Amino acid sequence: MLQLETFQRTFVEVCGSRIELATKGEGRPILFLHPGQGLLGASPALGKLAQLGRVMAPSHPGFYGSDLRHSITTVDDIAYLYLDLMSSLGLRDVVLIGASFGGWVAAEIAIKCTDRIGQLILVDSLGIKISDRETRDIADMHAVDDDELAALLYENPARHRPDYASLSEADVVTITKNNEAWALFGWRPYMHNPKLLGRLTRIRIPTLVLWGDGDRVVRPSYGRAFAAEIPGALFETIAKAGHLPFVEQPDSFVARVEKFLSTVRH
Amino acid sequence: MRVYHFTEQPYPDAWLPDPTSLRVTLPNELCDPVIASGLLNRYLDEWCLADELGLDIMVNEHHSTTTCMTSSCHLTLAILARDTKRARLLALGIPLANRPDPLRVAEEMSVIDLISKGRLEMGFVKGVPSEIMSANSIPVRMMDRLWEAHDLIIKAMTTHDGPFNWEGEYFQYRAVNIWPRPFQQPHPPVWITSLSPGGVRAVAERGHVLATFLSGMLAKTLFDGYRKVWSERHETPAGLDRFGYLALCAIGNSQSEAHERASKLAGYLRTYQQIADPFIYAPGYMPPEIIAKKLMAGTASVSNLISIKTRSGKSADVRTCSVEDLIDADMLYAGTPDQVFKQITRFCEDVGGIGHLLLMMQGGHLSHAEVTDSLKLFAAEVLPRLQAWAMHGQQRPH
Repeated sequence: MLQLETFQRTFVEVCGSRIELATKGEGRPILFLHPGQGLLGASPALGKLAQLGRVMAPSHPGFYGSDLRHSITTVDDIAYLYLDLMSSLGLRDVVLIGASFGGWVAAEIAIKCTDRIGQLILVDSLGIKISDRETRDIADMHAVDDDELAALLYENPARHRPDYASLSEADVVTITKNNEAWALFGWRPYMHNPKLLGRLTRIRIPTLVLWGDGDRVVRPSYGRAFAAEIPGALFETIAKAGHLPFVEQPDSFVARVEKFLSTVRH
Repeated sequence: MRVYHFTEQPYPDAWLPDPTSLRVTLPNELCDPVIASGLLNRYLDEWCLADELGLDIMVNEHHSTTTCMTSSCHLTLAILARDTKRARLLALGIPLANRPDPLRVAEEMSVIDLISKGRLEMGFVKGVPSEIMSANSIPVRMMDRLWEAHDLIIKAMTTHDGPFNWEGEYFQYRAVNIWPRPFQQPHPPVWITSLSPGGVRAVAERGHVLATFLSGMLAKTLFDGYRKVWSERHETPAGLDRFGYLALCAIGNSQSEAHERASKLAGYLRTYQQIADPFIYAPGYMPPEIIAKKLMAGTASVSNLISIKTRSGKSADVRTCSVEDLIDADMLYAGTPDQVFKQITRFCEDVGGIGHLLLMMQGGHLSHAEVTDSLKLFAAEVLPRLQAWAMHGQQRPH
């Protein structure tokens, strides 16, 4: 698995799917759901998170080593798969963190069942539609070239954009396959579920909506709208960060998570 | 051997020298409605002339692009079904993986087949990556969608005892019962394009016509693959009518006149890959290895699709290479009738024979007068020779 070298890598069988799981740390389970961009650049933040609890980062179906069964085609399918994963691992009081596409998955999980989830953190999450039909809430990450994509994703693209030329061809093929799976799940409607906004009120656990203040994929105003629909949710921004604040500002990111976990318990 | 006249009905005035992309993003303010109207009528006239001259007809469709104004095979063929008298009418093709409603394809193709009194050739293609956007179709599992749509269309055309149910993975209908039914029985001939061994196998297993575009000597590999799969299932070899090949063709009274026309025609080849990167490398559309190479090469790198290979093994850039290179790559036939005859027969011999030669005889800035003259020259001086030659099995003379 790219970039999470210090994590233990295992495979879990969930409802016929073999799901790859990177694990590190001890204590309270912290389930981290990665963005469509995968785990590239996530290592520093997840390493620090592992000091707060037992970080478990599954690879979504079709990403890295996880199976993509033919019947798994929607974010809903992934959400049910992770509910089953938490159940089969016997997890309790989970801290569920989802970033970007992973945030969409986390929200779809939380509207279904929060029995095993103690707290929810949505990071620059995709998944909802707030504006009118001719206003795009989510930048089209598939209609731009790689330079333009980097400018959308990062507050500081020069520093943080992945250098594909420095990776092995096998790793870049893996990233390309990740993108295929991501396209399968998020292509139409583009990166959202029209029904999700109206269902967010079902989330009745402490929730933090965390946003890069320089996010150009989904603006902070989108994050505020997300938080406004979840009863009692907090909204906070991280300075000098774009769409992937855990990559650009791992220290601030982990500090915000730590603060939220220590001050809000139910 | 059948020879088809083909044009994409281009709007060449908007082929700017250096735009980011001729597809998806090119604003249609560059399309003058009066010019477009004139061109569309002119191209229909040229197809009608082809019909009168004894040629067959091929149409295709593309979307959001100046390179092709045919927005639907169905529309153009509906007009030609009525306006022509004898030509076979080939749609190649209908982008099934980008079409939301295959039942409508079955219905409309049936109507075209009836109006033309059984002259329809029904070609299905996956759809090009740059039209994922305009169709807003998911670029993953497109071949699965194509085959499900294909199965539904064939079943709809061949079921005559009332409605059937279709609850597929991609398409759902509760009462499929098309009226009217097609003229040809059991259904119009089916064509599919392919460039991969797996794709060729799927076409051969169904016994459909396999067509390939501009692929030069790769066509031999593809056709050989088809023949092999066919021979596993049949006692007699696959007929030449199972194979189609598309190239450009410019013919003239002299070599210099022909090459001048070829240069204008080649404007199509020079610009057809002028597409912004994200619309070519749609995730899932292409093998991950190809997309990975592009990612590693960076945005400044040019698409590998502009590189062509000639018979003599030379690699050339399709945007800048010579007319001679394009001829040598079997992407273009150009010259006097005698030269064109030799170029075509050489290709046919080398790939083991074909039954359908699809020729883009209008493209780019090629004018009505030039196209008319080319068509007449071809019909008078190449077509009869080709057909006489093909009667003897398209073998190289010993």
